[in-house]
Amino acid sequence: MSADFLYGIEVIINGLMAGVLYALVALGFVLIFKASGIFNFAQGVMALFSALTLVGIMEGQVPFAHLINAIFGTSIHHFGWTVPAVLAIILTIGVMVIFAWMVQKFLFRHLVGQPHIILFMATIGLAYFLEGVGDLMWGSSIKRLELGLPQGGSLAIENLTSGLGGDDFYGFFIDKLDIVATIVAILLVILLVAFSQFTKYGRAMRAVADDHQAALSVGISLNFIWVLVWSLAGFVALVAGVMWGAKSGVQFSLSLIALKALPVLMLGGFTSIPGAIVGGLIIGVGEKLFEYLVGPMVGGATENWFAYVLALVFLIFRPQGLLGERIIERV
Amino acid sequence: MNIQATEGYVTEDGRKIGGTVLDLKNITLRFGGLTAINDISFDIRKGEIRAIIGPNGAGKSSMLNVISGFYKPQEGEVWFNGKKRSAVKPYEVARQGVARTFQNIALFEGMSVLDNVMTGRLNLMKASMWQQALWIGKAEKEEIENRQKVEHIIDFLEIQAIRKTPVGRLPYGLKKRVELARALAAEPDLLLLDEPMAGMNVEEKEDMSRFILDVNDEFGTTIALIEHDMGVVMDLSDRVVVMDYGRKIGDGVPDEVRNNPEVIDAYLGVSHD
Repeated sequence: MSADFLYGIEVIINGLMAGVLYALVALGFVLIFKASGIFNFAQGVMALFSALTLVGIMEGQVPFAHLINAIFGTSIHHFGWTVPAVLAIILTIGVMVIFAWMVQKFLFRHLVGQPHIILFMATIGLAYFLEGVGDLMWGSSIKRLELGLPQGGSLAIENLTSGLGGDDFYGFFIDKLDIVATIVAILLVILLVAFSQFTKYGRAMRAVADDHQAALSVGISLNFIWVLVWSLAGFVALVAGVMWGAKSGVQFSLSLIALKALPVLMLGGFTSIPGAIVGGLIIGVGEKLFEYLVGPMVGGATENWFAYVLALVFLIFRPQGLLGERIIERV
Repeated sequence: MNIQATEGYVTEDGRKIGGTVLDLKNITLRFGGLTAINDISFDIRKGEIRAIIGPNGAGKSSMLNVISGFYKPQEGEVWFNGKKRSAVKPYEVARQGVARTFQNIALFEGMSVLDNVMTGRLNLMKASMWQQALWIGKAEKEEIENRQKVEHIIDFLEIQAIRKTPVGRLPYGLKKRVELARALAAEPDLLLLDEPMAGMNVEEKEDMSRFILDVNDEFGTTIALIEHDMGVVMDLSDRVVVMDYGRKIGDGVPDEVRNNPEVIDAYLGVSHD
C-alpha cells in the first residue's frame, strides 16, 4: 500500500474521531429541539459552563470569589481542598440539573406558546447570561482539566501499523484522548437511545416531542419533561465540555463549538438523533479529508469554512437534512 | 324510571348503573364576551354511556374540555369520584383517572401503535427514574406487566396487525381506534370521547359503535361521548344531555330526549320566540 493512501486513511480515522465530538455537541441541540421546538443557542455555553464548574469544584475554588471579595473586602479564592474527579462530575451534573430547572422555571415557562423566533432569541440571551455567570463564578482565566485521561499519540498503534507502507510511512498517529472521547461518546449515545426507546420517561419524552396536547391527555407534565430534557442536554454538554476541555483547556472560546454544531445539524436534520451522529461524522471526515486533498492547492486553512459551505449546499438541495422529518405544508 | 336517585339505576337492557362518578354543578364558561357554557349541571354515573349532543357551536367540545381540565370554568364546581376538584392542570386530571380522545385526533404520529398505546399507561408505572434509567428494581417486571395489558387492549380493538406501524401512516379510521386504545390503556374511571365517529363512513361508524359498546361491556368503563349524529347516539347511549347555544335544553333517556319539543326545535332550526 502506498504511503499516501495510508495517510489518507489516517486522515479519515482522525476525521471520524473529530466528528464524534461534533456529534456530541449536536446531540444536545437535537434533544431540546425535538422535545420543545427550541433551538438552544446556549448549548455551547452550557458545555463551557459545565466544564468550568467541573474544574472549579475539583480545584476547590470558591464560586463568585471575586464578587464576595469585592463586597466584603475579604481575600478568599480557594477552600483549600481538592475534590476527586468522580465526585466532582456528580456534583456538576447536579448543578446542570438545577440550571435546567431554573431555565424552565424562570424563562421558558413564561414563554409557552410564543413563536419560535422569540424562543430562539431567549436562548441567545441565555447564552450571554450564562457566559457572564460562568465568568463571575469561576473567573475568566484558562484552566487545565486534569481528569487523568490518557493524552498524546498512541505508541502501540503507531508501532503496530508502521510496517504497512514501506519506508515513507511511520504508522498511524492517533491521539489517545480522541480514542477515549470516541468510546465515551458512543457509550453516551447508546445510553441515550436506550433511555428514550425503552423506559417510561423516554416514552414520555418522545410523546411530548410529538404532540403536546396528546401528551397532556395521557397525564404527562410538560414542565417536568422539559426540565428532564434540559438536564439531559446539560449532561451531554458536560461530556462535550470535558472532552474539548481536556484537549485544549477550559477557556471561553469553548462556547464557539456551538457554531460547529450548526452545519452538523443542517446535514443531519434538527430532529434526528441518528442524523446528528451521521452529520457529525460526515463533517469531521469531510473537513479533514478536504484539507488533506484540496487544502494544499488553495493555501490550506479550509477546515475553517468547509463545514459551512457543505451545510449551505445541503440547505439548497435538501433543507430537511439527511434524516430530518420532511417539511410538508398542506395548502 | 327515576333517574335522579343517587343509588344508580338499571338500564333497559338490564345493566346495573352505579353511583355518581362525575358531577357538574352550575358550570359557566366564558371566552371574553362569549358565553360558551351557560349554567349547566349534569352528572355521569358509574358504568353508563352518557352522550352530550347538540348542533354545531352548542358548546359540547367546551364541555368536554372543562371535564378534562383543558378549560377552566369561571363559575361552578366539578365533583369527581365524590371529591370537589380544585383548579388543576390537564395532566393532573388525566392522572386522577380521566382519559380522553380528541375530535381532530392527537396521536404521537412518529411512534408505533404499540408505543402510542403504552403511553396511556405512563401513570400506572411506578418505577422511579433511576430504576428506569438503570433498568433495575421493578422496572423490567413492570414493563412486562404493562405490555401484557396493552397487548390485551390491542387484541380487543382488533389492531394487532398494525402494532409496529408508525401511526402517521395509518388511515383515519384506524387512527381513531388507536386513540381509543391509548385512552383505554389508562384504565380510566371516566373515558371521554370527542366525536369518535366524525368523518367516518357508515361501516366505520358501525365498527366504532360496536367497540364503544364492547368496551363498556367488557371493562365496565364509564363513557361520556360527544356526537352530533342523532341516530348513532340514540342507539348507543343510556342517557343524553342536549345542549344548544351553551344551555342545557334536555337531559334523560334517549326516548325522552327524542320527544322533547325544545330538542326538536334546536335540531330542526325553529326560531326561539
